[in-house]
Amino acid sequence: MTAALTLLAAGLAAVSLLVGAAGFGVPDPVILWEVRAPRTALAVLVGGGLGLAGAVMQGLLRNRLADPGLLGVTGGASLGAVLAYYWGLAAAVPLALPLGGLAGALVAAALVFALAARAGTGAALILAGIAVAAIASAAVAMALSFAPNPFALAEITVWLLGSLEDRSWRDATLAAPVVLAGAALLLPLGARLDALALGEATAESLGVPVASTMRLAALGAALAVGGGTAVAGGVGFVGLIVPNLVRFGAGERPGALLAPSLWAGAALVLAADIVVRLVPLQQELRLGVLTALLGAPLLLHLALRHARFG
Amino acid sequence: MIAAETIAVRLDGRTVLDGVSLAVAPGELVALVGPNGAGKSTLLRVLAGLTRPAAGRVTLDGVALNALAPRARARRIAWLEQGARAAWGMTVREIALLGRLPHGDAAAAPVAAALAAVGLDRMADRRIDRLSGGEARRAMIARVLATGPDVMLLDEPCADLDPAQGFAVMRLLREEAAKGRAVVVILHDLALAARYADRMALLESGRLVADAAPDAVMADALAGRVFRVRIGEGPTVLPA
Repeated sequence: MTAALTLLAAGLAAVSLLVGAAGFGVPDPVILWEVRAPRTALAVLVGGGLGLAGAVMQGLLRNRLADPGLLGVTGGASLGAVLAYYWGLAAAVPLALPLGGLAGALVAAALVFALAARAGTGAALILAGIAVAAIASAAVAMALSFAPNPFALAEITVWLLGSLEDRSWRDATLAAPVVLAGAALLLPLGARLDALALGEATAESLGVPVASTMRLAALGAALAVGGGTAVAGGVGFVGLIVPNLVRFGAGERPGALLAPSLWAGAALVLAADIVVRLVPLQQELRLGVLTALLGAPLLLHLALRHARFG
Repeated sequence: MIAAETIAVRLDGRTVLDGVSLAVAPGELVALVGPNGAGKSTLLRVLAGLTRPAAGRVTLDGVALNALAPRARARRIAWLEQGARAAWGMTVREIALLGRLPHGDAAAAPVAAALAAVGLDRMADRRIDRLSGGEARRAMIARVLATGPDVMLLDEPCADLDPAQGFAVMRLLREEAAKGRAVVVILHDLALAARYADRMALLESGRLVADAAPDAVMADALAGRVFRVRIGEGPTVLPA
């Protein structure tokens, strides 16, 4: 399963390198290396981080509708980026935008981490994450309503939609260590998540340190998602959909979903990013818009299925 | 030998257990009985090391339970939660394998033996959410067996099972006790307790009011008073 998905992601990465505004073809080496390659690397980082964090969050919270966005990290990253715009830093300093996003994601992660450390249960973790996300979204709304000029407003709004267009190696090298650190924290949690399938008390009785698992998962998911969001903006629903798709092939054991979800997430974002380049629209379809268009109906399907079978 | 010594537990300012002492030797099957809210589940959680008592202590072969590392404790004491359910459609084998987690291995032999003991060896690859209530309960018990613990603590393993399934579970626990494990099982069915247990420990409002052979506990007027029922010939229970 993992091998097949890795191959799929690798194949899509190759396609991604060959797809441009002019269609398929081997491009000029400069374009290949300076434009396509960082875009492809970022798609893998963003998608892999979201897929893995989604699988961990669903396992941790024992809910197939859980999403890394519940942790407030996406909201924190958005707020950080919006503030960078708002203060005009984005225009003055080249990396201000992703750095602002990263700072926002880390602050949100630190908040959730501190709250999760005190909470110790999944339900409290969700509440803390929702509260952090709500604060961030209120602050983003405030920044938007006080936007200094209509151009800033338009730029912020477009950034919030999420995209990999025109990203450089600087963006990729900024995101990579953060996402990889998150993945390194999350990938070893499989056995603990398996035990949590039987509830927090039973996991504890099996010798699993539930509170520290909660903290590691919250921190790891925040990094895995925050690094990508900081440079790509909000790419919704990937963390929610991917583990649910992987379950069809890998079964339902939470630990069995981690590595496959990483590669399936990478493959999904690569595929979506290829599609947005191929759709013949005047302006490129935003990546976050496409994933939401695909993800929302699937969420509805899952919700209805859940309602029917209980 | 697992022993609780003068355990007191207070939850939200309410005294749930008050000076309870209970010792269970290897090979013994003790039924923990009492009306709802008497503190049975709390006592079982204290024995499992999951609830820290406000006073008193639990020892395992003379060693204080809280001196053991969580994994070392988990290798020796297995606990089955009341109404335990799996959140995911994991297979029966995957559930049983969780019992090996404290050992840090995925040893096939104890898992296969546990599945055979509960009669699920031919359903090992079925999803637990597609099984009947009795089969799913047996899969959960297989998880406890797969650990190969010295002490088995089971909270109402026979609840919601039809009589034949309940007997089967109790026979299984008898066999496990015969292998030298100490077994503590919470039962609400006094007839099952009387029939299969070596001893009945009767809890009332957080205090242990009887701890003796089933015949003695059932013959005593005390059990009838605690449960507010009449206990008739043999282990029959009639409305008060």
